[in-house]
Amino acid sequence: MLKLENISITLGEFSLHDVSLEIENGEYIAIIGKTGAGKTILLETLAGIYSQESGSIMLNGREITGVPPKDRSITMVYQDYMLFPHLTVGENIGFGLKNRHVDPAIISEKVREVAEIFAISHLLHRHPGTLSGGEKQRTAISRAIVMEPDVLLLDEPLSALDTQTRAKLKTELKKLHSRFKTTIIHITHNFDEVFSLADRVAIMEDGQILQVGSPDEVFRRPSSDRVAKFVGMKNIFECDCRPEGGKTFVHMDGHEMVSSGILPSSHKGLRAMAAVRPEDIEIYPEMPAGRSENVFPGTVENITGSGAFFLVIVNCSRPFEVFLSRQQFSSLNISESDRVYLSFSPDSLHLFSVEES
Amino acid sequence: MNIKSADVVKIATISVGTLLAAFIVAILLLVVTHPDPSAVTESLLSSEIHFAIYLSLATSIASTILCILIAVPAAYGLARYNFFGKSFINMVLDLPLALPPLVAGVALLLFFGKTPIGEGLAAIGLEFVFTPLGIVVAQFVVNFPFMLRIMRSTFESISPRYEYVAQTLGCTNILAIWRVTIPMAAGGFLAGAVITWAKGIGEFGAALMLAGATRMKTETLPISLYLNMSCGYLEMAISAAIILIAISAVSLYVFEIYGGSAKL
Repeated sequence: MLKLENISITLGEFSLHDVSLEIENGEYIAIIGKTGAGKTILLETLAGIYSQESGSIMLNGREITGVPPKDRSITMVYQDYMLFPHLTVGENIGFGLKNRHVDPAIISEKVREVAEIFAISHLLHRHPGTLSGGEKQRTAISRAIVMEPDVLLLDEPLSALDTQTRAKLKTELKKLHSRFKTTIIHITHNFDEVFSLADRVAIMEDGQILQVGSPDEVFRRPSSDRVAKFVGMKNIFECDCRPEGGKTFVHMDGHEMVSSGILPSSHKGLRAMAAVRPEDIEIYPEMPAGRSENVFPGTVENITGSGAFFLVIVNCSRPFEVFLSRQQFSSLNISESDRVYLSFSPDSLHLFSVEES
Repeated sequence: MNIKSADVVKIATISVGTLLAAFIVAILLLVVTHPDPSAVTESLLSSEIHFAIYLSLATSIASTILCILIAVPAAYGLARYNFFGKSFINMVLDLPLALPPLVAGVALLLFFGKTPIGEGLAAIGLEFVFTPLGIVVAQFVVNFPFMLRIMRSTFESISPRYEYVAQTLGCTNILAIWRVTIPMAAGGFLAGAVITWAKGIGEFGAALMLAGATRMKTETLPISLYLNMSCGYLEMAISAAIILIAISAVSLYVFEIYGGSAKL
């Protein structure tokens, strides 16, 4: 297990504050955050490039603060590959094993083995300068994984690649993880990568980890409005909450709604935040029969189509953003200034505390 | 015909550059073609020119090695780390570029001739005043900024992340520099070494002040040129000049080929 406890470090304009995170062996965890959130520093601190100013890092029960990078069994892949240009692809992949004084015959065997997995066997004698982006990143990942590290750090490994290569490499990363069972920490700013690869995701902002959980959990049940905004929650509003019988009644602008969520016990007072994902809201041309909870009349204010999806803004005393698929949209047959009804299930109404600033 | 003002600017500026290049070619050709070729050949075979070639090669190679040994680590430190007073140190280390070599020579003469340190070095046999050793030191002081600047910009162009990756792959930090950064800096290193060496061979002012101009003792090619010119031995002087022109041209060519992102 990799256990980070209260890591703090300041490097110029970047810093980490009290970062704590526990990662199980073999877990694939994504760290997502904007540029400048401190994601790369976190990886480089884990790798031992920088020493944290306070806090501890334990790897499989061993305190590794102060252990130099070469002795940590943590390897790293950067977005821009960092392949050594003076070495061939084969020499790049074998670089670490050579430093470990592994027998040359074994090195070339292992290099060939890994190269085969990534389908770069035919490139072993080439120099990195002549490779495509995808080939370069496959080489960089091979170079890191051939060391059979306890932890593999990936710093935006797919960001520099074109869409098709990215999709391919994503599948390969998934295979790689199930084959080697290496603990992987994958930095990204792409939700798609989080959902298709990660067991858990940590949201990072301003050098802090805001929330850790399964992608679905973080995406649907953000713990704060910062996370909510980050994960693309759209309909976020302040409200009054009244818990009753395992449910919570939510009052906002004269509407009463019901949420199956409960505010955390640490929450004080009645003021809270509520949010519904735009794709969780349904639109009905007539008052839907058999529904009494969470149904509101409103007026269609704006419709924007973008290929497969439509964004519809419906005003019911405040604007709600609703995503519809092309199919849903065409079967509804609505246009601007139409009267409609909005509805969402109590499960979709998510509650969280107002953040103290 | 209607000539646009943009065309006028283009024609005028390109003409200025071309004329300047023509002027340089003309004066260099004049040096090469002015004397009687047989007299130049004779001079080139004279023992004095041979001595000057030998002394120039020996001193310039020695001073270039000294520049490499000192400027390369300094350049690495200045490229990689931020520290208090860095810009001041950068400025001081670049100063010899702007300083007239004669002034550097006078300063060196005072240092080695008039201070306890200089006298102490002389006492243990390291004499710099009016000796070939002085030529080496003069070349070093005037030329190390070339090596330093080229290597600094070369190191700056190499992301430290290459070393980080190497460290996670089993290198100590020093081994990472040796196995990754130094090979990656090879082009800049070659370019810097060649320019430093070529400048060393041509170094005159500081060497004149510290080592003097003694025939067959501290007579490098530029000193030879100066001595023979002042005595009116034009063929000898021009022989030395032709060799210096050839060295400049070849070293500039090598710099252009291997310099890469390095800049002076």
